[in-house]
Amino acid sequence: MAMIEIKDLHKSYQMGSNSLHVLKGINFSVEAGELVAIMGSSGSGKSTLLNILGMLDEANEGSYELDGVPIKNLNETKAAQYRNKFLGFVFQSFNLINYKTAAENVALPLYYQKMPRKERQEKAIKYLEQVGLKDWATHLPSELSGGQKQRVAIARAMAAEPKVLLADEPTGALDSKTSYEVMDLIQKINDAGNTILVVTHEPDIADMCKRIVHLKDGVIVEDKKVKQVRAAQYV
Amino acid sequence: MFDLERWQEIFEAISKNKLRTFLTGISVASGIFILVILLGFGQGMRNGIAHEFEEDAATSVWVWPGETTVAYKGLNPGRYVQLRNEDFDQVSQLFSEDIEYMAAFLFIRGVSAVYQNEVLAYELAGTYPSMQFIENESMVQGRFINSKDIEQKTKVVVIGQKIKAEVFDKKDQVIGEMIQLSGIPFKIVGIYSDPSGEQEENRMFIPMSTAQVVFEGTDHLQNLSFTLPVLDNFDAAVAQSLAFKERMTRHLKAKHTVAPSDTRAIQIWNPLEEAKRFFTLTDNIAFFFWFVGICTIIAGVVGVSNIMLIVVKERTKEIGIRKALGAKPWSIVGMIVHEAIFVTAVSGFGGLIFGMGLLEIFGPYIEVDYILNPAVNFNIALTTVILLIVSGAIAGFIPAWKAANVHTIEALRDQ
Repeated sequence: MAMIEIKDLHKSYQMGSNSLHVLKGINFSVEAGELVAIMGSSGSGKSTLLNILGMLDEANEGSYELDGVPIKNLNETKAAQYRNKFLGFVFQSFNLINYKTAAENVALPLYYQKMPRKERQEKAIKYLEQVGLKDWATHLPSELSGGQKQRVAIARAMAAEPKVLLADEPTGALDSKTSYEVMDLIQKINDAGNTILVVTHEPDIADMCKRIVHLKDGVIVEDKKVKQVRAAQYV
Repeated sequence: MFDLERWQEIFEAISKNKLRTFLTGISVASGIFILVILLGFGQGMRNGIAHEFEEDAATSVWVWPGETTVAYKGLNPGRYVQLRNEDFDQVSQLFSEDIEYMAAFLFIRGVSAVYQNEVLAYELAGTYPSMQFIENESMVQGRFINSKDIEQKTKVVVIGQKIKAEVFDKKDQVIGEMIQLSGIPFKIVGIYSDPSGEQEENRMFIPMSTAQVVFEGTDHLQNLSFTLPVLDNFDAAVAQSLAFKERMTRHLKAKHTVAPSDTRAIQIWNPLEEAKRFFTLTDNIAFFFWFVGICTIIAGVVGVSNIMLIVVKERTKEIGIRKALGAKPWSIVGMIVHEAIFVTAVSGFGGLIFGMGLLEIFGPYIEVDYILNPAVNFNIALTTVILLIVSGAIAGFIPAWKAANVHTIEALRDQ
């Protein structure tokens, strides 16, 4: 069964009297364990698609199932619950809370899962260790480099043990060397069996995924499997 | 409320923004402080006024005649209304049901009072035994004028404690000493003290009958004084006193042919009515103080609300992140309201304790007329605490509601 199943998805925004049709019938499915790159120029609708997949936004038409659960007519509370349970987010600008240490940031989604503090802390350290930042656990984001911040963000996304990891331009704010390090980490997480979607506009980053979906003007123009380029060789 | 995790979240947020939290706290603390001080002084005024009226018996009524100001039944204005013994007897019979004690004064002027070689320049008055209870005199030594003195026109005198202190300074035994009033020896039989202090302790009292016969040769009285039965209910006591005043006025005006519209010829003063006026005044002042205090608190709450709005604005992105990570809207509202209540409660308690402490320490030393021992009672303190918590919740809720309803995507986009 597909992890993500999207059928005939439409989304338009009302801009004053004009209606902006952003997604014009997207059909798309992702199997468990896939590493998919969503590409497209700005305005192609890739961010909107990711927001809908991330339950941060809702489609006007069409259906969306996540691991067999229909995602439809969610109120804020339910959406928050599903996000917490099913999804991990990685953002271009890291989105770490700046007054919390690396470990506290990683533990935050677990707080919303109502996990006891001690367990949370142990788990946060475990995931920081997986991204190679165990020694930085007590540091604030301001004391970390860009690559380190993104690795903390990835650890945070993974700590909740989501079904799908959604990465929105995860390397957009990083130099190429650091980008490859982050992609190496993403590939390793994918190797462990996790489903990952990466939105990017950089072809070399897309090539490091196993499948590339091209969006243009709100429709999928290309959807192909590719031979994965391992990021490790550049690191 | 007792979620330990949330407390930790709040303490983290507060400890990262110490100055801002401190400044917010100051505005609330000063609001509560001002309220407490105002209420304390409101209470102080009440105490002070109650004290001022303790000087005479609370239910006393005083009748002083004056000159007529209105022509009536062929009589010209400017006539002096003279009270006499027959007035006293008539009133004591007519109003026997209403009055508890009744007495009168006759101040005697032009009498030289001498003790050995010392002149006693003090007021001298003839009076009745009941005056002791109307004036609230307590005996330090000896006795007051008694009925036997009145019957037998004895030559005895009761002096105030102040006179004793000033004239008989070194003597232990003053009772039994003789003083000369216009050359006539009077025996000191008692020393009294008055609750209003020295200003009312500079009088010498002799029996009314003696005063009338020996010094004045008339049956004149200068006033009539009464006390009415004590009632538990203040308003009922005021009503009783007003009704008595009304009937007494009517009786005396009819007796002395005074126009009903003449307000100067018969003047009746009762401290209870006066007290009622003052208490109404203090009630109004207390109300005003509450009003000012509440306004101050509202200003504080608006301040907190304002700052919470800024906090929310500043933390928009953080709230977006939290929501993306699975925070439910109510957990965001809860977090911010909780923080607001915590800040208002802690700083409010600070202001409350500071204000009450100040009143407690310095209150008893305040010596101003009509202000006595300003203090805030426990109920008022409790009310302000409840006010605080409610206002903290209000201060937090609106910004929190705003925050929780910012769209996650927009919140995340916020820089």
